[in-house]
Amino acid sequence: MSQASPREVSLQDLQGSPKRIRRERAFRGLFFGAAFFSIVISAAIVFSLFGEALTFLRNVDLSALIDVEGGWFPRRGRFDVITIITGTVLVSLIAMVVAAPLGLGAALYLSEYARPRVRRALKPILEVLASIPSVVLGYFALAWLSPNIMQALCSQPTSFSLGAAGIAVGILITPLVASVAEDSFRSVPMALREASYGMGARKRSTVTSIVFPAAVSGVVASLILGFSRAIGETMVVAIAAGATGGSLFTVDTCGPGQTMTAAMTSLAIGSDQVRGQEGTFESLFFVGLVLFFMTLALNLLSERFVRRVRLRY
Amino acid sequence: MATRAAELTTSEIVQRALRRKRIDLAGQIFQVLLLLALLISLLFLVVLLFDIVSKAIPTFQERGADVVTGTVSSLPERAGVSQGISGSLFLVAFVVVIAFPLGVGAAIYLEEYAADTRLNRFINTNVRNLAGVPSVVYGLLGLALFVKLFGSFTGGRSVMSAGITMAILVLPIVIITSAEALRAVPNSIREAGYGVGATKWEVIRSHVLPNAAPGILTGTVLSLSRAIGETAPLLMVGAVSGFFAVNAEGLIDRLQSQFTALPVLVYNWSRQPDPGFRQDLVPAAIVVLLVLTLSANAIAILLRNRYDRKW
Repeated sequence: MSQASPREVSLQDLQGSPKRIRRERAFRGLFFGAAFFSIVISAAIVFSLFGEALTFLRNVDLSALIDVEGGWFPRRGRFDVITIITGTVLVSLIAMVVAAPLGLGAALYLSEYARPRVRRALKPILEVLASIPSVVLGYFALAWLSPNIMQALCSQPTSFSLGAAGIAVGILITPLVASVAEDSFRSVPMALREASYGMGARKRSTVTSIVFPAAVSGVVASLILGFSRAIGETMVVAIAAGATGGSLFTVDTCGPGQTMTAAMTSLAIGSDQVRGQEGTFESLFFVGLVLFFMTLALNLLSERFVRRVRLRY
Repeated sequence: MATRAAELTTSEIVQRALRRKRIDLAGQIFQVLLLLALLISLLFLVVLLFDIVSKAIPTFQERGADVVTGTVSSLPERAGVSQGISGSLFLVAFVVVIAFPLGVGAAIYLEEYAADTRLNRFINTNVRNLAGVPSVVYGLLGLALFVKLFGSFTGGRSVMSAGITMAILVLPIVIITSAEALRAVPNSIREAGYGVGATKWEVIRSHVLPNAAPGILTGTVLSLSRAIGETAPLLMVGAVSGFFAVNAEGLIDRLQSQFTALPVLVYNWSRQPDPGFRQDLVPAAIVVLLVLTLSANAIAILLRNRYDRKW
């Protein structure tokens, strides 16, 4: 070891170069700016929706908003929100009837029964189903589900129906329900299952009375999330539910009907032609605002359930 | 019961229990039902693909590549999807240029810098909520902000308005998947960097990002596939669904001009009363759309399996 000339180490040597510190600060600021931008987006969404929705509410007779007799015909100044909310809820309920058993069943099979190799082969296929664009499922509902499935279920089938749209939305959200539920089944600790087997329980009783109850918060979360996605789904109902111009109040799932999102697309497409009627264009934003808060409430609720699973294990 | 039990000795009871049939029929049925749930979901996928491809094949046989290279037309036998493809590719370019740097930057802040303060927790919750906002609502944002408010800059109902809207739509997905990829990099890697005197940014650049890159890339590719398939926001910001001509000179002109996209063509043609559109052309356009989105997804899944690393 050569003897380095002894030199006093000053405080400055330990502080690092100012250039390096400046660079650190700059990058930190840059990344913070990017993260903060997400708040700007949320604010922009809320303000743009509120602004136009308020214009709508000021121009329109508030009693017209709930007028079940009149139905939803925005171009004629009839804005019964009950009609479109009922349509949305009907489609989403049908979707849940399809997606809940399929999604939860698939999740239980993948997490509890499937061997690792089977799981690795099947899971990507579910992901492919999740990545099919919704406009494709809308066409599928119209061109295949409607003539083949709805024909068998309805006495007087029509080519456009809330039912066909609901089934297609169900197929669309099944992978989402399955993936959230599977995550929560897999987060149940192995020790619980082993304790159950140690008591002499069989596979099925272990799955139904140990794993499922332990993961029930996650199951609820997956269903709420699926419902929220179904409410906001647009293209499937825009193509397959029918009733582009408007609709009377209906609960007939075999016939055409109007949902919130489908009402929005038909307003947006024709927005250049409808300026004449007071408030027609702005009603688009009012429906959007209602939709935004419905999905926000459901998403926050589902997040609470997910957190409960995480805290427990 | 009591008298019967008295007749049996303990050893006999145990013997009987051990000799009992082991096959749990109810359990087997339960397992088959669960498997059935999975298979039915997959069956829908198979039926969907088969139905569409079998309808598209005659169209492709009859017209060949003409379907892909042709432009929008009011005659179904002459219409093609080329403008839709170029529109969708413009949208993808916007996502890459805007959402990718912003999303990765935000993820780096949230995972590497953010202390557990109220503001940072709020940003986190906010990002997750943005990911759950329906796409049609993003379309309204684009309509109010980029089409109307900044219309003189974006050109109104233009590919630029749609591109920025789409970038904002996929931003939360990019942030969430990138943050997951960053979180998967173990702390010992970072500590090794600090140990040799690197600053935070130097550690991130030289150690964290290279290790997280495959995961970040997977998330980005998935968001591109979303940008190709998403339709509702494009209808809101006013994608043209009928005939239109672009006589734009430069890039800025092109960005400020009218546009259409592949899924918008699918939507519009599936509403036409003419069966030439609905039954022949739509399946062909869907096949082109699926080739684009599914190949993006396949790339993402391959990337993930290739670089999936257990620490």
